[in-house]
Amino acid sequence: MNVSRRWLEAFLRRPLDSADVARRLAALGATVDAIEPLHPGLEQVVVALVREVRPHPNADRLRLCDVDDGSGTPRHVVCGAPNVTAGKKYPFAPVGSTLPGGLTLEKRKIRGEVSEGMLCSARELGLGQEHDGILELTTDAAPGTSFLAVADIADDRLVVDVTPNRPDLLGHKGVARELAFSFGGTFRLPAVPGSDGPAMPTPLRSGAEASTGGVRVAIEDAVGCPRFLGAVLRGVRVGASPEWLRARVEAIGMRSINNVVDATNCVMFELNQPMHAYDVSRLKGPAVVARRARPGERLTTLDGADRPLAGSMTVIADAESAIGVAGVMGGAHSEVTPETTDLFLECAYFEPQGVRATRRQLGLSSEASYRFERGVDLWNGPEVLRRAVEIIQATAGGSLDGDPVDLFPQVSHPPRIFLRPARVTQVLGVEVPWDAIERYLVAIGATVVSKPDDGRIAVDVPGWRPDLVAEIDLIEEVARLHGYDNFPTELRPFRVGDLPSAASEGIDGRLRQGLVAEGLFEVQTLPLGPAAGAESVRVLNPLSAEEGYLRARLLPGLIRRVEGNWAAHIRDVRLFELGTVFLAGEVGSPPREEHRVAGVITGAREPAHWSASGKSPDVDLWDLRALFESTAALAYPGATVQVEGGEWVAHAPGGQVIGWAGVASADAPPWAAPVLGFELLVESSPRSAPRFEPLPVNPAVTRDLALLVPAGIAAAALGDAIRKSAGRLIEAVEVLDEYRGAGLPAGHRGLAFRLRYRAADRTLRDQEVDASVTKVLTVLREQHGIELRAS
Amino acid sequence: MAESHPQSLLDALRPRLAAVAGLDADALEAEQIAVLGRKSGALTALLRSLAALPPEERRAVGAAANELRQAFEAAFEARAAALAPAAGAAGAAGLDLTMPGRRRWVGAEHPVTRVVEEICEIFHGLGFNRAIGPEAETEWMNFGALNFPADHPAMDMHDTFYLDVGGDARPGDGKAVLLRTHTSPVQIRTMLAGPPPYRVVIPGVVYRKDPFDPSHAPVFWQVEGLAVDEGISFVDLKGTLLHFARQFFSPTTKVRFRPSFFPFTEPSAEMDVSCYLCGGDGCSACKGTGWMEILGCGMVHPKVLENCGVDAERYTGFAFGMGPQRIAMLRYGIPDIRLLFEGDMRFLAQLGRAR
Repeated sequence: MNVSRRWLEAFLRRPLDSADVARRLAALGATVDAIEPLHPGLEQVVVALVREVRPHPNADRLRLCDVDDGSGTPRHVVCGAPNVTAGKKYPFAPVGSTLPGGLTLEKRKIRGEVSEGMLCSARELGLGQEHDGILELTTDAAPGTSFLAVADIADDRLVVDVTPNRPDLLGHKGVARELAFSFGGTFRLPAVPGSDGPAMPTPLRSGAEASTGGVRVAIEDAVGCPRFLGAVLRGVRVGASPEWLRARVEAIGMRSINNVVDATNCVMFELNQPMHAYDVSRLKGPAVVARRARPGERLTTLDGADRPLAGSMTVIADAESAIGVAGVMGGAHSEVTPETTDLFLECAYFEPQGVRATRRQLGLSSEASYRFERGVDLWNGPEVLRRAVEIIQATAGGSLDGDPVDLFPQVSHPPRIFLRPARVTQVLGVEVPWDAIERYLVAIGATVVSKPDDGRIAVDVPGWRPDLVAEIDLIEEVARLHGYDNFPTELRPFRVGDLPSAASEGIDGRLRQGLVAEGLFEVQTLPLGPAAGAESVRVLNPLSAEEGYLRARLLPGLIRRVEGNWAAHIRDVRLFELGTVFLAGEVGSPPREEHRVAGVITGAREPAHWSASGKSPDVDLWDLRALFESTAALAYPGATVQVEGGEWVAHAPGGQVIGWAGVASADAPPWAAPVLGFELLVESSPRSAPRFEPLPVNPAVTRDLALLVPAGIAAAALGDAIRKSAGRLIEAVEVLDEYRGAGLPAGHRGLAFRLRYRAADRTLRDQEVDASVTKVLTVLREQHGIELRAS
Repeated sequence: MAESHPQSLLDALRPRLAAVAGLDADALEAEQIAVLGRKSGALTALLRSLAALPPEERRAVGAAANELRQAFEAAFEARAAALAPAAGAAGAAGLDLTMPGRRRWVGAEHPVTRVVEEICEIFHGLGFNRAIGPEAETEWMNFGALNFPADHPAMDMHDTFYLDVGGDARPGDGKAVLLRTHTSPVQIRTMLAGPPPYRVVIPGVVYRKDPFDPSHAPVFWQVEGLAVDEGISFVDLKGTLLHFARQFFSPTTKVRFRPSFFPFTEPSAEMDVSCYLCGGDGCSACKGTGWMEILGCGMVHPKVLENCGVDAERYTGFAFGMGPQRIAMLRYGIPDIRLLFEGDMRFLAQLGRAR
């Protein structure tokens, strides 16, 4: 909402400082996002006194002036304005100043006479189109005083961030009401220049139908339009707005159109009630009816677009067809033109949800729809209509034809709310004195109907505050006007909640710790991306097609980040992410969410070091396997890693696949190393604590076996076979070495295992271990055809 | 005579022994001459003067003086070795100890994670446990239960992503499935899970249909809090959040509360903290205002309590929510929110060291 400081001053009848106004409004809940000075470029213009005027020796229409601009040095100015008069004051642009039109003044000769600056007209100052002569100032201010300080034109536009619950602040009157409270003063509607005061009679209250000035007015859709006021003004002269009205509408950022349209806009920004003026001669009937749109009905709106209407929409129609979309935009056919002489003025209440639905359906928002959606004052129509008629009559003439009408089929009143002072204390934490509560409620325009005798007071809320419907709404008003900063700030004793913390949070912390210790950086990537398989969940209204689906895996996002690093010529990249993936659930239900962890590593295994001549081997699958296994152990208790289809797959104890690790495909530059990645489901249930096992007290005995292994036998299978056949004394079987190459039969490799034996209760004897090794070798030879490698 | 007595001279020299290890090369040479110099060294002179003492005293003082001389000699030698230009190369096995050490890759958690954790920890100290919830919710959980009137302009503040989940739900009917626009649905889930009191802090990712720009992202973090019990008031809200601000920013941080509007709280407020860069004088970080907008908060709306089956006459509460990404950007001076999503190793390493 754009607010004019001068307009507020007219309401409050006091000078205002825009920064101060912004502070006061912010303290009351309306943030001022910006203060935009209007008429920039007039800062250097000063008040100057013309002391003497002489004819120009070389030009009939020019005059030579001696000007006192307060500098102490008399200025010689050549002036072409017919109205320049000695002894009068005018705005003066000194040499070096730049005017709003972009003209920078220089000392120069005009027809042989030196001119040191310019006496300015209103147009030269950007203050209007009048160019009859220079702008005569009636002021006591001394020469040299800033023009802006004395001229009646300086203004600031305050861009106020109005929250959706406060439609009243979409009018200057509402803003003035807040400020009046802040200043401890009063406010009232500014007088209309050229008017002797409002003269419109009270509109005649009717049901659903009436007529005024020969126009039939009716409500056929009382749901979409519960109240409709109308007046007919005849003999109006449509033309340019007077200066004050033009300044008002331009100050809030609208274009001045003509005196009638400007008047309705002025009323909208004053009282937050959109209005519409129709050309009576264009109305068939003549009639103005609020009804639902008919099947197939169309309307060309004021913006020139031809729009199809739906039966759910409320329209304003004449006797034949729609002439406006209720609360959104009027039609082009009946709009006021320079030839218009007879007006029908509409001041209606349109139901907020209906307006919202209609403007969405039409994709058409307007100042009017913005206001109706948030709720205008259902009960203020007569005041608004009276104000509009007053401004139009003062600026465009015309007279009322008959009494205005007020169709209000289902008369209602603003709600009455009961407020308990004890509840105020309960919510706000301190007692707010009763007289203060009453003062606050009166300040927002409420009527306190009763005293708090039975522990509660009855409050009639004002019609312009549709947000006030329950006791808590009034408590907020009390707190707001009392000033949030005036409540104590205490850390009072509290009870802790019973609910335990979410277990997954602690597990996430441990996973992070583990992966950070492995030298990986955590990233957060966008969970939106392209489709990835049938389980991908589609976003109905995505920002772009590339972000049209929710991610079903974390790894693709991480690989994009690796590619981003490659683009910055970073080769060693180690990243992980903890996040949610989404998989299609049952029809009509939210998607299934899985909490997952994924990581990628590529590039050097360790930072290069001089001891290895600056070389560090790249990470390989064995780095990945270890990272995968250690992460799986943290992410999912009891997870096991197996080889499936040339990759590693992690399984939960129940057999469910919970993770994958392998080489990831990426869009890699030639110098990049392969990207190795993994992704794991995180099991979020609380972990059981590990149990202590007694540390061994007896020494272990190790034996290394170098085996000749034919193709097709996996190390893991061999390890299992050794473990099974070694008897109960075996403690561990580890792969020690792999050899492929010369000296071995074709298709064979050498695998060395280290067997560690230990007994819990005694020191092992060599014979026991030898016996076990012999048995192992026998089983390997007989069941697997594997022999010891000849050394 | 007392000053020149050998014993007192000895006592005066002793403290200088410890200082040898801190001398630079020039001072070391000067000290060597001053203590052990053949002509004018203090200890040399003392040893020379022993001859004049009575035999018994000579033995006692002489032993101590010799001991001290050896200690000085050792200290001077050690210091000289340490200061030798080739000290590194001359290390134990002839190694150049100035050569760089063997580093390992060092990772780090995301700066936003760190801020989230810190916020949650502070509230944990105030009795708040952590709660989390799903990121896809029904419209009712995200809006309706939180007292957003059906199809109200308040929803315009939350540009919402809706999901295609099949079925006949439509945006606006309460059953449509969306990506949560705030972590507030977890408030509802918390209250539906059991009776009051509630005291939870809710970290999580939320979604709004805002295209990326320097200060907006379609996905961002939120940390929300909820406290509901008998007797909780606006004063508790202010006290709790001031305590948080002082723990998180600095012990001298000031706060201010401005009225605001959220459908699920009433009274509602925005909390500003005094700019932690300029302390409130006004700088570019706070756009000259001295204040930084940090969080929204308010007293839980009675309708929200009732929607969760909580007796709103008996129980009151407060809720708050803040954006850890924005806080991280303010704290670390990050100019563009997109940096937080890009996964640039240099960025992550730089901020990985930050606190």
